[in-house]
Amino acid sequence: MSGWRTEAEAMRVVRLTRVEEEGGGMRSLHFEDERCSMGVPGQYVMIWNPAAEEVPMSLSGIGKDASVLVRPVGESTEALCGMNAGDKVGLRGPFGYGYTIQGASPLLVAGGTGAASLKPLAEEMVARGMKPTFILGARDKDQLLMKGSLERLLGGGLLTATDDGSHGFRGYASTYASELMNEKMFDAIYTCGPEIMMATVFRLAEEKGIPMQASLERYIKCAVGLCGSCGLGPYRVCKDGPVFCSEQLREVRDEFGKRRMDPSGRSVRVTH
Amino acid sequence: MGHSNPTLVSVEGGALNAMGLPNPGAEYFVETIGELKGEGVPVVASFFGGSVEEFREVAIVLSEAGVDALEVNVSCPNVAEELGMLGADPVNTEKVTEAVKEVARSPVIVKLSPNVTDICEIARAAERGGADAITAVNTLKGLAVDADLRRPILTNVTGGLSGPALKPVALRCVWEIYESVEVPIIGCGGISSWRDAVECLLSGAAAVQIGTAAMDGGFEVYGEIAEGIRGYLAENGFKGVKEIVGLAHGG
Repeated sequence: MSGWRTEAEAMRVVRLTRVEEEGGGMRSLHFEDERCSMGVPGQYVMIWNPAAEEVPMSLSGIGKDASVLVRPVGESTEALCGMNAGDKVGLRGPFGYGYTIQGASPLLVAGGTGAASLKPLAEEMVARGMKPTFILGARDKDQLLMKGSLERLLGGGLLTATDDGSHGFRGYASTYASELMNEKMFDAIYTCGPEIMMATVFRLAEEKGIPMQASLERYIKCAVGLCGSCGLGPYRVCKDGPVFCSEQLREVRDEFGKRRMDPSGRSVRVTH
Repeated sequence: MGHSNPTLVSVEGGALNAMGLPNPGAEYFVETIGELKGEGVPVVASFFGGSVEEFREVAIVLSEAGVDALEVNVSCPNVAEELGMLGADPVNTEKVTEAVKEVARSPVIVKLSPNVTDICEIARAAERGGADAITAVNTLKGLAVDADLRRPILTNVTGGLSGPALKPVALRCVWEIYESVEVPIIGCGGISSWRDAVECLLSGAAAVQIGTAAMDGGFEVYGEIAEGIRGYLAENGFKGVKEIVGLAHGG
């Protein structure tokens, strides 16, 4: 049992190497961690500022310089956003199934912080010589996450959509996706963002018969498939997801975009 | 809601958890139990109450929902400080068992804790209270401290140890209880393979429970272990599980 500390499920502590502002109060937390350097795009870590709760975060950077992107929405994420280079965080993971690259002409649809999980996927695609089309959606131009680095990576492959029309397409990323899908042939769709948006994109993908992968969010606590807090149909999002393919999404169509469990295990409506 | 994260961490030979029994309440499960029964699935409801009276009330709700058996959890180490672990005391264990038994319409199983001086005393109390079976054991209370952070990892400070490290403790408890009571025992704690399960049956368990093994293996582990037990029985000329229950105790 030597080496148990290097097991993904064990808690390990690393120091943040740097913290970057990403606009809209969001922060990228960078760190070095051997396991995260070998992560798969779409996987997540459990990250812990010991002053608050441990929370799940998709890896927004994979490699020697690993990172997560944090939007301050509650006590734990605010505590993470308040951290500085040199501070210690607890890490477990990376956990779950990430994206599987398929097809030759992929469309990536990111809404809000969903860009965090799709960015390493786009990097992997570019490294393989593919030219992905990436729709980056947000409320307004100040909330367009990691726009600079995505532009450098994708050039003209990066398209933006803002609800208020302050940058790029005026309207939802899903509406923009619908228009693009009528103009151009895509053979794979990847999406991460608000669930209502992903459910819309899934409906479009199904209409056109294009396989899709979506990164879903549920209330993840243990991250190893034991506690049941993130149940979705027959799946545990923490272990069987967070990325699900079309076949699985069809299986959970009564819940996807509609119902989710709250922290007590009660089924509630999906609101965003 | 349960405790806040971290609520689970992997430790040497197992996992330490302090979920704190998050749940939406028994009434919430009435519909689900009905659905499962409708599909022909046997349902054992494992439940908890903060007092003897609450155990009785929850037992009524679950019984009316039509469960096939009730498992009385008097042994969760992670709610002990708020609510008192009733199963640490033989008098309370007997009272809770009696109260549930009075209102139950199906067999009553009492799940015991290894965090006691003499588990046989508690098992006998459950039997006196009318328990139809005993589950042994719940998790073993433990602690994980991080050397870098210089603090406990779990928000609840202590947690319950499950997984392979718990197995020898569980086997010992099953063994001792088997020699102390007449009712059947459901063995639980660290069973990860069919071999573990067989060892538990040989120690005196008539059935086994498996939880933490699903962390490594996924849900397939349940089918694999059942298949493995069948193979062991066939290979060794046993006609059924009953023939090996307690066999390690000798004549």
